[in-house]
Amino acid sequence: MFRIGVDVGGTNTDAVLMEDSKVLESCKTPTTADVMSGVRNALNTVLQSSGVDRGTVDAVMIGTTHFTNAVVQRRHLAQTAAVRLGLPATASLVPMVDWPEDLRDLVGNHYALAHGGHEFDGRKISEIDVDELKRIAGDIAAKGIKAVAISAVFSPVNTEMEQEAKAILEKELPEAHFSLSSDIGRVGLLERENATIMNACLRDLSDSTITAFKEALSEAGLSAAFYLTQNDGTLMSEALARRFPVLTFASGSTNSMRGAAFLSGLKDAVVIDIGGTTTDVGALQKGFPRQAGVAVEIGGVRTNFRMPDVFSIGLGGGSHVLGTASDIQVGPQSVGYRLTEDALIFGGSTLTASDIAIAAGMADFGDASKVSGLPTELIEASVSRMQEMLSVVVERMRLSPEPIPVIVVGGGSILVKDQIGDLPVKRPENHAVANAVGAAIAQISGEIDRVYALTEQTRDNVLNEAKAEAIEKAVEAGAKRDTVEIVDVEDVPLAYLPGNATRVRVKAVGDLDGLS
Amino acid sequence: MASRKLDEQQLDDLAVGAAILGTGGGGNPYIGKLRVRELLRQGKDIEIIPLEALGDDDLVVSVGGIGAPVVGIEKLERGDECFQALKAIEQETGKTISALIPAEIGGSNSMEPLITAAQAGIPVVDGDGMGRAFPEIQMMTFFIYGHSPQPAAIADEKGNVVVFRKVQDMYWLERFARTIAVDMGAAAGFADPPMRGDFIKRYAIPETLTQATNLGRCVRLANEENRNPLDAIQTEAGGQLQFRGKITDVRRELKGGFAVGRVKLESLENPNDLAEIDIQNENLILRCNGTVTVSVPDLIIVLNVDSGEPITTEVLRYGMRVAVMAFPCHRLLRTEAALKVVGPKAFGYADVNYQPLAN
Repeated sequence: MFRIGVDVGGTNTDAVLMEDSKVLESCKTPTTADVMSGVRNALNTVLQSSGVDRGTVDAVMIGTTHFTNAVVQRRHLAQTAAVRLGLPATASLVPMVDWPEDLRDLVGNHYALAHGGHEFDGRKISEIDVDELKRIAGDIAAKGIKAVAISAVFSPVNTEMEQEAKAILEKELPEAHFSLSSDIGRVGLLERENATIMNACLRDLSDSTITAFKEALSEAGLSAAFYLTQNDGTLMSEALARRFPVLTFASGSTNSMRGAAFLSGLKDAVVIDIGGTTTDVGALQKGFPRQAGVAVEIGGVRTNFRMPDVFSIGLGGGSHVLGTASDIQVGPQSVGYRLTEDALIFGGSTLTASDIAIAAGMADFGDASKVSGLPTELIEASVSRMQEMLSVVVERMRLSPEPIPVIVVGGGSILVKDQIGDLPVKRPENHAVANAVGAAIAQISGEIDRVYALTEQTRDNVLNEAKAEAIEKAVEAGAKRDTVEIVDVEDVPLAYLPGNATRVRVKAVGDLDGLS
Repeated sequence: MASRKLDEQQLDDLAVGAAILGTGGGGNPYIGKLRVRELLRQGKDIEIIPLEALGDDDLVVSVGGIGAPVVGIEKLERGDECFQALKAIEQETGKTISALIPAEIGGSNSMEPLITAAQAGIPVVDGDGMGRAFPEIQMMTFFIYGHSPQPAAIADEKGNVVVFRKVQDMYWLERFARTIAVDMGAAAGFADPPMRGDFIKRYAIPETLTQATNLGRCVRLANEENRNPLDAIQTEAGGQLQFRGKITDVRRELKGGFAVGRVKLESLENPNDLAEIDIQNENLILRCNGTVTVSVPDLIIVLNVDSGEPITTEVLRYGMRVAVMAFPCHRLLRTEAALKVVGPKAFGYADVNYQPLAN
């Protein structure tokens, strides 16, 4: 089976062509302003150099920071109306209250509070008020807004109110699209609501982006199934990705760590991803990135997504090297993408971390004669400073005193020696395109999210039934049966409801069929 | 000390300082801080007055949220729950409340009195009932020193208000209040029984709002000016650096509703120097090379060694580089009566004799 993984980053667009678990071809091309021509170039490059028949490619997986960047750079965001059900509770803090002002202004700061929502135990805070929602719909229509985000208190436990409100608003606003918070996040109203509003304001962009991705594929002569990677390292179908662009947030670091695990064959390790300006360090546990325990901010907005626990430092191939041997400073300033113009080895006049690596004989590219005059003490001091910076972050990410391997990936990995502190360094083949590999090997998931009555059957039976169904769903979506595992089980009892109800969420994950 | 008006900068500093004085627990002040900030932006004034400004006959109440923390981040308050509970106390007693005081400066409970003060148009007293964070209501100095448990009141967002007119002791009060809070949806506003000005002046831990604000400011300024925040906390805020180390082990378990654990540290200066911190929601005991050097009720605070930011107990993990800072607790927590409730033995450390940290 042939598959192509693409990683669309801020600087580079990488692609890998894989046959089963083997990387046949890879390439790194500059990301283009229109994004799509860069994707088309990358696809064409790997297809041409491999000579693989385009008709035999089964799947294309794209990991993209496009939607994250849209929020960070405040571009292409639609005016959005936030409707929250929870009155009389929640009035003390309105939607978007802690957003950066420029972003809030950009999406219009349109919000309405309405009655509805549930208590923690399943009782209603108040009934939905149909007339109130109709009035709100009237305001939204009058402003010409077509993106609506609905949140309700405790909707992760009971989705009813959000569904009902959507049905009422939809009748009045036939052209609008709706994002429901229960589809997007977990308990923690402000953070879940933030993510839902961001999703709503990105829906138009996701529509056009996904259409453009499809065009890029068809222009490259590919008719393969097409997926986007999401932040948990699994794939979203094209249809789902159109509806939930926000779920692609932070898929980049997940892909890079999953790619590192795959390329090295290691399941437990610290992963260092060194780019031009920054180094991201994370930890792999059983092949998956360890998740962060605290709230994650995207473009200055708090969300409660589960994201990889990644620590970043300002060290990369383009980092400025300043000072003298006795007082050396590496980064955080960087020449970034101008490395091939500004670095000494490329005839420029800025001393960078890459120049030091060449002078120290750790790598071989550019013109080494340009750095032959650097004082030995300066080179040694810079190398040990970089080792020290990396060693501090690695220690931070380490899970126990047990020795654990360090996998180094990314274009700047020449800055690393064979050992960090007492830990061995692994630099797997194709490490420079680990992101794209991570996208190519991303898995397929099946999810069950349902309320069961425990009077008719026992909790164990219910969980087993839900697990079996989730596995079937994953297989239906394209996962290979013998690789499917249950990765997440959550059951939330809903007390005071008739029939002793419990809400069960089960997630099963497996390899896309065809990958060994 | 003169009275002052709270501004947004002080509020940000106070939130950081309150998290530091949370000694590893106390809950996150984030939601509360946002609510205070909104009130300030609406033009409300929040006045903070020194203890001396209270008249002996003035009545002071402490207010706070009651319920489950996980509900508090989902069912946000309507906004005036504590204010309604306060009004119920005034109605019950027929007296006017002159000022509010935080029950606990450490963590999230530092914020609610500021919110209610803005709504009621009365000042907040610069002090609190713990000087840090503790897990239970009877650990407030007010109750340690014999404050009456009645009348108290609880209010929800739907307009329900319940007044506890006659209760036998604070344990009954705690029990009834918890039960009603659950029926109210596990997020409600609570007002403690009123205290007289002369009582507060004797038994409140003084100037803790100022202490928290100063702590937060000194960490912020040190970071802004690229100075070492740990040095700043020592020279400007009275912290005593105990240990700088790397976490080598974290063990945790749930025991009777408390997060109980032990953290081991290895010194950054000399790897042969070891330290251990015992945790029950908050940091309670610090041992260096096997000897107890600081114990509850003195404050043991774990900070990020670079930024000086406080690290709560649930976030501690292998490999973190931390500084352990201690602050002497107030003398009101060091009396025989207080140590019975908040000393090492009250937390089950039978073999630890409390040795006061030097001031």
